[in-house]
Amino acid sequence: MSLLGSPAPADTTDRRNAYVLELRGVTKVYAGGVTALAGVDLAIAAGELVAIVGPSGSGKSTLLHVIGTLDRPTSGEVWIDGHSTAALDDQQLASLRAQAIGFVFQQFFLLDGMSALENVATALLYTGTRAGERRRLARELLERVGLGHRLHQLPHKLSGGERQRVAIARALLGRPAIVLADEPTGNLDTRTGAEILALLEELNRDGATILVITHEREVADACRRQVAVRDGRIEHDSAGEA
Amino acid sequence: MELAPNRLLPGDVLRAGSIGLRTRRLRAVLSALGIAIGIASMVGVLGISESSKADLLAQLDRLGTNLLTVTPGQSVFGEPATLPEVAPRMIGRIAAVEEVASVRTIAGASVRRTPYIPIEETNGIGVSATDTNLLATLNGTLEEGVFLNAATVRNPVVVLGSVAAERLGIAGVGAGLRLYISGRWFTVAGVLEELPLAPTIDRSALIGYPIAGELLGAGQDATSIHVRTDPGTLADVRGVLPRTSNPENPDELSVSRPSDVIEARAAAKSAYTSLFLGLGAIALLVGGVGIANVMVISVLERRSEIGLRRALGAGKRHISLQFLTESLLLATIGGVAGALIGTLITVGYAWSRGWSVAVPAYAPAGGLIAALLIGAVAGLYPAVRAARLSPTDALRSV
Ligand SMILES: Nc1ncnc2c1ncn2[C@@H]1O[C@H](COP(=O)(O)OP(=O)(O)OP(=O)(O)O)[C@@H](O)[C@H]1O
Ligand SMILES: [Mg+2]
Repeated sequence: MSLLGSPAPADTTDRRNAYVLELRGVTKVYAGGVTALAGVDLAIAAGELVAIVGPSGSGKSTLLHVIGTLDRPTSGEVWIDGHSTAALDDQQLASLRAQAIGFVFQQFFLLDGMSALENVATALLYTGTRAGERRRLARELLERVGLGHRLHQLPHKLSGGERQRVAIARALLGRPAIVLADEPTGNLDTRTGAEILALLEELNRDGATILVITHEREVADACRRQVAVRDGRIEHDSAGEA
Repeated sequence: MELAPNRLLPGDVLRAGSIGLRTRRLRAVLSALGIAIGIASMVGVLGISESSKADLLAQLDRLGTNLLTVTPGQSVFGEPATLPEVAPRMIGRIAAVEEVASVRTIAGASVRRTPYIPIEETNGIGVSATDTNLLATLNGTLEEGVFLNAATVRNPVVVLGSVAAERLGIAGVGAGLRLYISGRWFTVAGVLEELPLAPTIDRSALIGYPIAGELLGAGQDATSIHVRTDPGTLADVRGVLPRTSNPENPDELSVSRPSDVIEARAAAKSAYTSLFLGLGAIALLVGGVGIANVMVISVLERRSEIGLRRALGAGKRHISLQFLTESLLLATIGGVAGALIGTLITVGYAWSRGWSVAVPAYAPAGGLIAALLIGAVAGLYPAVRAARLSPTDALRSV
């Protein structure tokens, strides 16, 4: 059974053919003069599971922020789900994030004082979806990531692995074109990390496009495609290899 | 492909704006407290002054405004003048006059429980002679017993004003209860209720004119004459009173309208009203600063929440709206609590004074509007700061 339900057929073919993400000559120079990205070209098609690896300070998080439209590149083009981000203003970028991008963070970033269910439902808060509908979708998704028995638990009463499952459910709720995960297993022990990785793989098999930043060899190896970053450049991309 | 604009439903604005309050309840209560105190004191003081005013006006309604009082003034040589003995009878002949009653304070007379109490201890109580219709003229009532009548004005019988009874320690009119007035025993026949139109009578022991003349050697001319007139012709009566009372020296007396004093009191704003309004305004201001302070801290503490919401698709305006809503909610909680507390204070105070409650609607309504304005002003800066935060900075802060 599909974890995400079956997407409309037309939608599927559309995404499989087109890139959901494309970077062309992207650079990012921070205010202090640090060049975090020095000309990155990257294209990711729908349904891919991509690992971005690289040493500390190589620009991985910066890359994720630029892809996620949380930050603008200094130069170059970022295309997401058919939209050129350079043409969009702040408000439109936020709209793009609301409907096309899902985030998973190392620190989970669940909101205190809200149950797991409400946290997941928050993913659709800024799309104008009604509260009842948000909760219905969130409940379905939480059940499918194995947290059906934890719906009304507050985040601080959940284990690290459970929190990350909640965060992943939140990232997927709006059926985004791409899910960006920055060190999703970084705060978890090896076994829990492996479970989270298995969950991401499963979601990817069901059609989600996922980009994972990681330090860990096992995580990278589990992904079909690995992109190695060093000093703000793509040093190696396994996409071309057979 | 069309990009649907992000949006936050009105109900969700409230829900998002109340998260901070729900997760930090104690802080919310404490920061709303300043506003609550400010509004409560303002509503309370306005309610109390309004209730007091309403009570005075009700009193006027009950007592009537058609009473005039004639008192002797000064002669042309600056000496104390007297009213002619016939003055009350002359006044009674004016067609529009409904009732006339005179009072004569008897200088030098003393009233005591027993002869063993030193004569100097007057307790501020005087002895006055009066007519049997004084009570009817003043619209007064008896607390106990009976007033002087045609028989008792000739006998050693006394009726006490409310304050006089209290100061003499007279709790009830028992059989044979007597007072020692200038060397004679007088039987207490009755005790009056308060007479707002003639406060000096409250502090008097009243006896009849005949017995006053017989036993105390008092003169029969009045020191004040109370005149109840037809309300429609009050001004005319007032005009003819001096010449009717004292045709020879009409300038040697004065005519007053005692209800004017009560009316003036009802119209006057007490100094306390302004003082408490001022203090309330200061409390409101401090409350507003408190809310602003808490909101600034809240924005600093919740950077990661702001970052997350931006990542989930919140626009800047959604973030500022959330924090502005939170500030407005805080102020509203304070405002509603303050209006309630202020109303309760009014009810309690009015109850203790035996007044009916009159909280002017503008007080709680104005208080709430003031609270909302303060909430908006206090929340504006923190809300703008929260919205300006760059998403990446906000997410990096943990
Ligand atoms: N806001 C910023 N201002 C200035 N320099 C920054 C900023 N953020 C990152 N940098 C610099 O840019 C470079 C890339 O940082 P980035 O966080 O992207 O690396 P990373 O690959 O994610 O590292 P890590 O694996 O440690 O998370 C680093 O040299 C970092 O110091
Ligand atoms: Mg990083």
